Amino acid sequence: MSKTYEYVPEPALVKGNHDFGSITRLVTDINLRPTPKAWYIVFGISNLLLFVLLASIGYLIWQGTGIWGLNSTVNWGWAIINFVWWVGIGHAGTLISAILFLFRQNWRTAINRFAEAMTIFAVMCAGIFPAIHVGRIWVIYWVFPVPNSMAMWPNFNSPLLWDVFAISTYLTVSFLFWYVGLVPDFATLRDRIKSKFGKIAYGIAALGWRGSNRHWWNYEKAYMILAGLATPLVLSVHTIVSFDFAVSVIPGWHTTIFPPYFVAGAVFSGFAMVLTLMIIVRKIYGLEEIMTDDHIEKMNIIILVTGSMVGFAYLMEFFIAWYGQVEYEKAIFILRATGPYAWAYWIMITCNVLSPQFFWSKKLRRHVGFTFFISIVVNIGMWFERFVITVTSLSTDFLPSSWGYYSPTMWDMLTYLGTFGLFGTFFLLFLRFLPMIAVAELKGAMPQADPHNYNDEGEYAPHEEIIPEPKRSY
Amino acid sequence: MSTESKSLYGILAEVKNPKKLIDIASAVERGGYRKFDTFSPFPIHGMDKAMSLKKSKLGWIVLGHGIAGLIGGFSMIYFMSVADYPLNISGKPFMNIPAWVPILFELTVLLSAFGAVFGMFFLNGLPRLNHPLFNSENFKKATDNGFFICIESEDPKFDRTEVQKLLEDHGAENIEEIYPD
Repeated sequence: MSKTYEYVPEPALVKGNHDFGSITRLVTDINLRPTPKAWYIVFGISNLLLFVLLASIGYLIWQGTGIWGLNSTVNWGWAIINFVWWVGIGHAGTLISAILFLFRQNWRTAINRFAEAMTIFAVMCAGIFPAIHVGRIWVIYWVFPVPNSMAMWPNFNSPLLWDVFAISTYLTVSFLFWYVGLVPDFATLRDRIKSKFGKIAYGIAALGWRGSNRHWWNYEKAYMILAGLATPLVLSVHTIVSFDFAVSVIPGWHTTIFPPYFVAGAVFSGFAMVLTLMIIVRKIYGLEEIMTDDHIEKMNIIILVTGSMVGFAYLMEFFIAWYGQVEYEKAIFILRATGPYAWAYWIMITCNVLSPQFFWSKKLRRHVGFTFFISIVVNIGMWFERFVITVTSLSTDFLPSSWGYYSPTMWDMLTYLGTFGLFGTFFLLFLRFLPMIAVAELKGAMPQADPHNYNDEGEYAPHEEIIPEPKRSY
Repeated sequence: MSTESKSLYGILAEVKNPKKLIDIASAVERGGYRKFDTFSPFPIHGMDKAMSLKKSKLGWIVLGHGIAGLIGGFSMIYFMSVADYPLNISGKPFMNIPAWVPILFELTVLLSAFGAVFGMFFLNGLPRLNHPLFNSENFKKATDNGFFICIESEDPKFDRTEVQKLLEDHGAENIEEIYPD
C-alpha cells in the first residue's frame, strides 16, 4: 500500500541564513538609520488627516451632534459604527500575542509587536467616538466613578458603562503587555545607538534591563500570566461591545448570538488589518525573511475560518428570526436583505462571506497581492456589517410612521477619515522609533536558541527531521 | 581578601552560545557559588534548572492583586449603587449582582495585570538607572548576541584566581573584572 499521508514539516520561522546578530541588525537598524524621506511625506499626510480629525471634533463640540446625520430614530450612526469597527480591528493584536502564545504558535513572534501596536492605536481611535458622541463632552467624567456635584454615581447596570470599563481595561492591559515585550528590545537599542540623547531615551525606557536570567525567569512568568489574563479579556471586550446592542430590546439586536459573532468578526477584521499593514511594511523595510509568505498563509487561514464563522452567524440570525416567530424580528431581517439598505447588506455578504472563500486555494492564500486586496475588502465588509446592524434596526423600528432613511453628513465622513490620521501618525512614529519586530522573542524562537540543538562539544548541530512512517496496525 | 577586592563587583566572562552558557552555569552552581548570574539576549530553556532557580513568586502577587480587584470592585459598586445613592432604574433590584459581572471581571483582570507587570519589575529590582556591569563595553552584546556569566564578589566562596580558573576551564572568553565606578 502507498503512504496514507504526507508528512509536512513545520516551515522555518526565519528564512535566510540568519544568526542572532544579523536579526538584531536587520530589525533595529531601521530605528538607527536616518529617517527616510518617504517617511516624512507619509507622516505629513497623516498629520493633515489628524488635523482634520481635531477640527471636526472641535466643530462638533462647538456646534453639537446636530452636525452629524443622526435623526430620530437613528440616534446611532457612523460614530458607533466606527467605534465598533476600530475596536474590532484592535482585537487581532492581543489575540496574536496572547492566544497564539498560549497555543505555542511560535510564528506569532514575527508579527506580535506590530499587531499589538496596531491594537493600541486602533483602540485609541475607537475610544474617541463614544466620548464625543455624548454631546456634552465636558461632563464625560460622569462615566467614571468619581464624585460629582450631583452626588450621583454611574449606573452599573448599563452596558454602556460596562463598555467604559471594558475598553479602558483593554487599552491599559494591551499597553502593559506591549511595553513588557518592548523592554528587552529597548535595552538592545540602548546598547546599539550612538547618539547621547537616544541612549538616554532608550535607556530610560529599558528600565535598566540587562538580560539577566534571574530576571528572564520572572519575566517569562509575567508574560505567561499576562497572556492568560489577556485571553479572556480580549474575548470579553467585544462581547461587552456587543452587549451595547444585545441588551437592548431592538429587533435585530436582541439576540444571544451577538457576543460570539462579534468576537469572530473582530478577529476577522483585525487579522485583515494586520495583513494590510504587514504586506506594505515588510516590502518597504525588507523584512520578508521574518514576515514570510508562511505567515501570510497562516493568517489567511484564520481569516477563512473567522470569515466562515461570521457567515454562519448571518445565516443563524435569519434562521432564529424565522424560528422564533416574533413579527418584528422577522420583519427586520427581511428588510435587511430587501429593504432600503439592501445594498449595504449585500456588500457585507460579498465582502465578508464570499471573499474569504478564495482562501480555500493554497495558491491564492500564498499570493501576496491577492491577500492584500482581500484584506482591504474584508475591512470594508466589516465596516458595512456594523452599518447594517446599527442603521437597519434603527431606521425601520416598531412604528412604520417613524421610519426614515439615514445618511451621513460631511462631518461624519471627515471624522472617520480623520481617525486614519490619528492611527497613521502613531503607527509611523512606532515604525520609526520602536523595533517593529519583537527581537528578543524572535531570537528565542530560532532553532539556535534551543540548547538541545547543540552537541556535547557545544557546537550547533540541529536535529535531523525524522519523518515517521505511517503505522499499519492491520 | 584584600581591600582592593572589596570594591570589585564581580568577574564577567563570555561564552559562545546558549548551550555553553547552560553548561558553565551548572558547573558554577555545582562549584557551590550562589551569587552569580547569567545574561542572554533571550530567555534560555532549561536555565532555571542549571542555575537552580526557585519558582517565581509572581503568581502569588498576581493572585493577591486579582482578589483585591474583585473585592475592591464589588465594594465600590456596592457602596455606590446600594449604600450611598441607590437609583431605582426600571424597578431593578439595587443589589443587581449579575449586571455587575462584566465590570467586576474587568477590574479583576486590570488589577491582576498591574500585579503581573509591576510585580515582575519589583521582583527583578527594576527599574534602576545604572549597574556595575554596564561599565563593560563587551557586555553590550548581552542584548544582541552575547552570552555572559558573572560571579559576584559578594559570594562567600569568591576567590579571584579560583573563579578565573573555573571560568577558563569551561571555555569562557573575554574574562574581565568588573568594578563599580
